[in-house]
Amino acid sequence: MSTFIGDWHALAILFVAGVIPNQIWRMLGLWFGGGIDENSELLVWVRAVATAILAGIIAQIVVQPPGALASVPDWLRYGAVAAGFVAFMLARKSIFAGVIVGEIVMLSGKYWLG
Amino acid sequence: MALPPLDSPQWQTSFRAFLWGARSIGATVLTLVLFATYLGIGALAHDSGFSLGWTLASTAFVWAGPAQIIVITTLGSGATVLQSAIAVTVSAIRLFPMVVSVLPMMRTEDTKRRHLILVAHLTAVTLWVECFRFLPQVPRNRRIAFIHGLGLGLVSVCLIANTIGYTLAANLTPLLAAGMLMLTPLAFLFSTARNCRELADVIALVLGLLLFPLAAMLNSGVDILVSGVVAGTIAYGVHRARAGIVRARA
Repeated sequence: MSTFIGDWHALAILFVAGVIPNQIWRMLGLWFGGGIDENSELLVWVRAVATAILAGIIAQIVVQPPGALASVPDWLRYGAVAAGFVAFMLARKSIFAGVIVGEIVMLSGKYWLG
Repeated sequence: MALPPLDSPQWQTSFRAFLWGARSIGATVLTLVLFATYLGIGALAHDSGFSLGWTLASTAFVWAGPAQIIVITTLGSGATVLQSAIAVTVSAIRLFPMVVSVLPMMRTEDTKRRHLILVAHLTAVTLWVECFRFLPQVPRNRRIAFIHGLGLGLVSVCLIANTIGYTLAANLTPLLAAGMLMLTPLAFLFSTARNCRELADVIALVLGLLLFPLAAMLNSGVDILVSGVVAGTIAYGVHRARAGIVRARA
């Protein structure tokens, strides 16, 4: 087995857990696209739940960090996200400004702590 | 970069339109955001123990950043395939209204459904936003080719970013590796905040962030689903209550 592909089992899991659950919605959109109102109540709820799931994932990476990120103290990770958010709002919702400021705060904080 | 005028001979062939689409990835700051996001996804996949081939396959075939991160973080932290699949299915529902709203922009009388399959696959939040910006400047009969160029161009950028992120995560100092992993939550937090259109979306985002640490204490294995459904439903409830008040006043 090559290290590039790794475990074929993992690739099968990717299709079951990642590819199929995504493509179902795209293909449903393609087939039944005509008669759906984008502002219907059901879609408002669905969008809210989808947004909250994504927010949960963001929180999970920051609260229970993987790999190298775990070496950064909790308060510094939270502080970096907060600083990034302030920059994001000040720069008229610029994603780029938020990411750059968040990164600078975390990297310089970690560098300073040693 | 400016696109040629609608009646320009530049639009005479589909191939030219495809190239204009591919070149348009240079005309949007979102390409940079995608690059940073997929750099982070590459690093995240590396640190969660997935292979590079697996990571590239997930970008090419899933082509939805949030879903890829859900698969990587849930499977990486020991959730079952079924739990991941449910979380991804729910997160991917938002693709449905995107596809529904994008396809009418490029349909002509001769368009068959199969001509739109690749467009549907390439539809994700970035392409969806860019369709509204670019397509009015593209002749209708060349829009599918243009979007194929733009979409495949964006996928290529992300595959390169994945490879760089994955390779760097393996070789960087711990400080810089931590910085790369931090790209993912930052880029997603701000792009989600930017896409919030209604109060329900804002409440869902804030509550979703706050409720996850609580749900994680349950250690149920489906923490993400629990906090997501609870926060999303509360947000929807607020939306309903507010709509009710507006209606009562009117």
